[in-house]
Amino acid sequence: MSLTKEMLRIRRFEEKCAELYTQEKIRGFLHLYIGEEAIAVGVNQALAPTDAIVSTYREHGHALARGIKMGPLMAEMYGKREGCSRGRGGSMHVFDAATRFYGGNAIVGGGLPIAVGLALADKMHNRANVTVCFFGEGAVAEGEFHESMNLAALWQLPVLFVCENNLYAMGTALAISESETDIHRKAESYRTASTAVDGMDVVAVESATRGALETIRKGGGPAFLECRTYRFRAHSMFDAQLYRPKAEVEAWKKRCPIERLERWAVEAGILHESDLASVDAEVAREVQDAVAFAEAGSWEPVADLLRDVQTPGIVP
Amino acid sequence: MTQTAAAGSGNATTTYREAVRAAIRDALQRLPQAFLMGEDVGRYGGCYAVSKGLLDEFGPERIRDTPLSEAGFVGAGIGAALGGMRPIVEVMTVNFSLLCLDQILNSAATIRHMSGGQFSVPLVIRMATGAGRQLAAQHSHSLENWYAHIPGLRVLAPATVEDARGMLWTALLEPDPVLIFENVMLYNMTGSLPENAGAVEIDKAAVRRPGRDITLVTYGGSLWKTLSAAEQLAGLGIDAEVIDLRSLRPLDDATVMASVQRTRRAVIVDEGWRTGSLAGEVAARIMEQCFWSLDAPVGRVCTAEVPIPYPKHLEDAALPQPDRIVAAARAAVGR
Ligand SMILES: Cc1ncc(C[n+]2csc(CCOP(=O)(O)OP(=O)(O)O)c2C)c(N)n1
Repeated sequence: MSLTKEMLRIRRFEEKCAELYTQEKIRGFLHLYIGEEAIAVGVNQALAPTDAIVSTYREHGHALARGIKMGPLMAEMYGKREGCSRGRGGSMHVFDAATRFYGGNAIVGGGLPIAVGLALADKMHNRANVTVCFFGEGAVAEGEFHESMNLAALWQLPVLFVCENNLYAMGTALAISESETDIHRKAESYRTASTAVDGMDVVAVESATRGALETIRKGGGPAFLECRTYRFRAHSMFDAQLYRPKAEVEAWKKRCPIERLERWAVEAGILHESDLASVDAEVAREVQDAVAFAEAGSWEPVADLLRDVQTPGIVP
Repeated sequence: MTQTAAAGSGNATTTYREAVRAAIRDALQRLPQAFLMGEDVGRYGGCYAVSKGLLDEFGPERIRDTPLSEAGFVGAGIGAALGGMRPIVEVMTVNFSLLCLDQILNSAATIRHMSGGQFSVPLVIRMATGAGRQLAAQHSHSLENWYAHIPGLRVLAPATVEDARGMLWTALLEPDPVLIFENVMLYNMTGSLPENAGAVEIDKAAVRRPGRDITLVTYGGSLWKTLSAAEQLAGLGIDAEVIDLRSLRPLDDATVMASVQRTRRAVIVDEGWRTGSLAGEVAARIMEQCFWSLDAPVGRVCTAEVPIPYPKHLEDAALPQPDRIVAAARAAVGR
């Protein structure tokens, strides 16, 4: 039940974002996570509050599943001062100290070394935390991926690398970007525990995450999870999706992680159709409230333009 | 090269290299969260021998040899800083820092802003810079101006043993990322340092030689060439004031402008290439703030627009040298 709801929160939030984008309430780049919700929710179910997260520009799902409130997240999408990054980051740079959410990085591969460092700090402080790093399969081609895998394994750091393999980096299919398309095998070459999991199955993701975290918390060094998934929508709001067949998209939509779980729960008699309807209504209300919160938010005065570049008191 | 600082009581002669090492040792002793990380900083002793001996003293956790992964370990420094450590990351030279420019610019310098002020990155990155050792183009460039261009960073250029000893601690106390550029020609320079030498402030430029007739503005390795030019100028009856910027970002306009307002003339000496140089920035600021005080156009002595050549005579010709500084100063003064 809670898994369904968590996934639905992400789905409905983003559907609303797409709508708000066409109304020009949300601007800039907007990368939707729709179709991939099982990964964010599955992974986050297994995390402790003290664990850290490093994410990408496609991070709304990670942020919501981590517990960042929908109102401040929506206000951030608007660029309002009440946003979780004070409106300075927007859709691609969600940060939240309270939940140890370290962005929101729009440089493909850029977050991996930072995750390594957060884990290094934990290890040096003898803290039992794990840093989870989300990234797409496109990042695997970057040098920073390999540098980070090597460092994390070499220093046996508590990092969980979660590759969301949705088969496309913008319009570039996995097969034309990687010599080895079994991504988890690359991690194995760094002597890192590594598995592939069905990224459309939230239960499978959660249990694989728990397994990986157990290895990590026992001091076994980093672990790698390749989650096989698909984004149902375009890469961003500017993408006409000329690079993939409609039939392929439709086939993957049949594997929708939310419907799949709902169907299973109803068939198993755990949930009734009426329960689903009430969850739907609850989520719709939450989204509505988030929009109202964002709408009611304020624009930071231009006089504050130079704040948060450096610690106050320093003028360039 | 010997520094001309007056020797007081309790002073010891030391090299710039030893001063940096003493600063690192001091930092590691005083700050449990501090650690040094970089290529060959441990077993090898640092490629400029700066960290020699520190591995034995502090162990491999705190003197951490890294693989050849500039983006990886600089990014790890950012993460470690976010996680409560105080990393001192050494990048062998500014030339190789281009492999981690992504991490420095897109993450270290921007996270504070992108997070709406929630996260600071208290990271110190040290790197060697500069030419003069016939190491040819890929080991000789002075790109510190590129970093001085970036909001969110502090950029320091210690030119004296006092600053080499003192700037690191101040940098470590900063909540934001600080880059420290050590000119390779200074490592063997000796100078005298009080036994109790410690932190120095990093906000202000220093007047290294007072003078009446012209202001020579410089930093880092060029300071000593500029001071030597000032001595030559004195022989010609031109009394030059020499300002060492010390901090390249933020720039201490006040010290520079106060001097130029008195001397009414300025030449800037900068080991960066002339086009887009820090010298250009300082000249523009002087024009903006002191235009009505000026008696001559602001001059610049920079590195020639060429990748630094390997042959000694060509390397020398490419770099700012005392004779070029003297010529530029004479042109400004009209004598
Ligand atoms: C270093 C870098 N290069 C290029 C881009 C432009 N870009 C943005 S997203 C993207 C595709 C990344 O694909 P992937 O890592 O698979 O993640 P996905 O978008 O599929 O979640 C590209 C090329 C970028 N943001 N950063």
